[in-house]
Amino acid sequence: MSGGERRLLVRAVGVRKLFGQTEVLRGVDLEVQRGEVLCIIGPSGSGKSTFLRCINQLETYQGGKIFVDDELIGYEEAGGRLRPLTNRQVVLQRRRIGMVFQQFNLFWHMTVLENIIEAPVRVLGQTVVQARDNAMRLLERVGLGAKADAYPMKLSGGQQQRAAIARALAMSPELMLFDEPTSALDPETTGEVLAVISELASTGMTMIIVTHEMGFARQVADRVVLMEEGQICHQASPEQFFGDQAPARLKTFLSTIH
Amino acid sequence: MTFDWAFFIERIVNPGTPYLNALGRTVTMAVLAMLLGLVIGLIVGFGRLSRFALIRSACAFYVWLIRGIPVLVLLVMLFSGMAAAGLFRFSDIEFLGIKLTASFQAAVIGLAIHEGAYMAEIVRNGVQAVARGQVEAAKSLGMSSWQVNWRIVIPQATRVIVPPFGNDFNHMLKTTSLASVIGVQEIFQVTEAISATTFKSFELLSVVALNYLVLTAIWNTIQGVIETRLRAHEIDRQVRTWWQSLVVYLTPSPSTGERRA
Repeated sequence: MSGGERRLLVRAVGVRKLFGQTEVLRGVDLEVQRGEVLCIIGPSGSGKSTFLRCINQLETYQGGKIFVDDELIGYEEAGGRLRPLTNRQVVLQRRRIGMVFQQFNLFWHMTVLENIIEAPVRVLGQTVVQARDNAMRLLERVGLGAKADAYPMKLSGGQQQRAAIARALAMSPELMLFDEPTSALDPETTGEVLAVISELASTGMTMIIVTHEMGFARQVADRVVLMEEGQICHQASPEQFFGDQAPARLKTFLSTIH
Repeated sequence: MTFDWAFFIERIVNPGTPYLNALGRTVTMAVLAMLLGLVIGLIVGFGRLSRFALIRSACAFYVWLIRGIPVLVLLVMLFSGMAAAGLFRFSDIEFLGIKLTASFQAAVIGLAIHEGAYMAEIVRNGVQAVARGQVEAAKSLGMSSWQVNWRIVIPQATRVIVPPFGNDFNHMLKTTSLASVIGVQEIFQVTEAISATTFKSFELLSVVALNYLVLTAIWNTIQGVIETRLRAHEIDRQVRTWWQSLVVYLTPSPSTGERRA
């Protein structure tokens, strides 16, 4: 890729999303630099997850624009108008973006190893041997080297989520999206998943993390964003965000969750 | 009551070539109709989930129509009714050196049309049972709709589809006896023909009833082994081969059905 000089990876301009009559996103503007770790926090129903899902097109958006690496997501400009991309084009755009879900969503009919090599083999055309070597390396990295042949149902929630992270990484994405990765976990296993995400952050991976874990956001994020009612209403470095100078409405929100 | 046990046992031990041929015909008819019914069911079942309203309606209409017609009526309509109306007349054909009689073809097609309507509902239910998160995860990995369907949706739906599919095949093995009315020489038809000459109808019908029972019992075991294999992900013992699956299926174990929350 020739974009070594370009620092900006994600650019969202006035993104709007409607579910029927309800406007879930009401003009989201956001920029994410390469290598940046961005945490999005906010009350439930504020549109955080929806925004994340728009970036890799699990949802469509109706207004504004999202660019990843200067490529318009979901639409193409034709004769001055925006036209939705074909399925094939959507699939190509998604390959570069990894996603980790709240409910892990490992394919339950496949072993952990099969889960991880599925997309590299089917989508990227890697050989099984190649994909397996890479998968084993990733599994070691997330501390699951011994669980390669286990079925997801035999694993704890924390182990499943770590396997899901390895599965997303196997596609060598440029951008990783985490949608409340620890919300379905109990406190003991939350730590092991957060440790894996922190380790990943330290490698320079660009990440957008929707989370309710304030301590984690404070520790891992380069920048923290507060979303409320479909808009970004505050963003700052973690020191400022959680510090004493934070605006009153942010303090109100933070006090409701502590 | 006089039940001629000697005759009954003799018929089981030494059924004779016409009966064995008829048995082959019964099983072949059931298997072919089921496979064809599965193909129809997959097409119509996925059709009912189509993005296009016209396809959805057409498939819903098929299910509605066929489920409202008795198989017996359907078979006679296909074979005699259509011929009488000059619409279509089945004729004997030879396929790979095997002679397929007109009535056999009509029976397979009629049974398949009937089964297809029920399979469509089973397939639709199975596909809808696949969790949305599984599809989203596959999409997020850059898999195409085709790959998502073949690698994730269909394998997962199969786990839901197999038990009712097996149940339908159990039915099908016995429903083939209706083909006797259009002249297919399957086990029931052949039995009726023999009983007309021997007057030992009860003994002969007992043999044929036992025969259906054995067929369904064999199928139940096969189905159990298939289901055990499909549950490999939730069974503690290793089930990689068919033999291991058979052993696990035949070993009553309270832990095999347990799911981790």
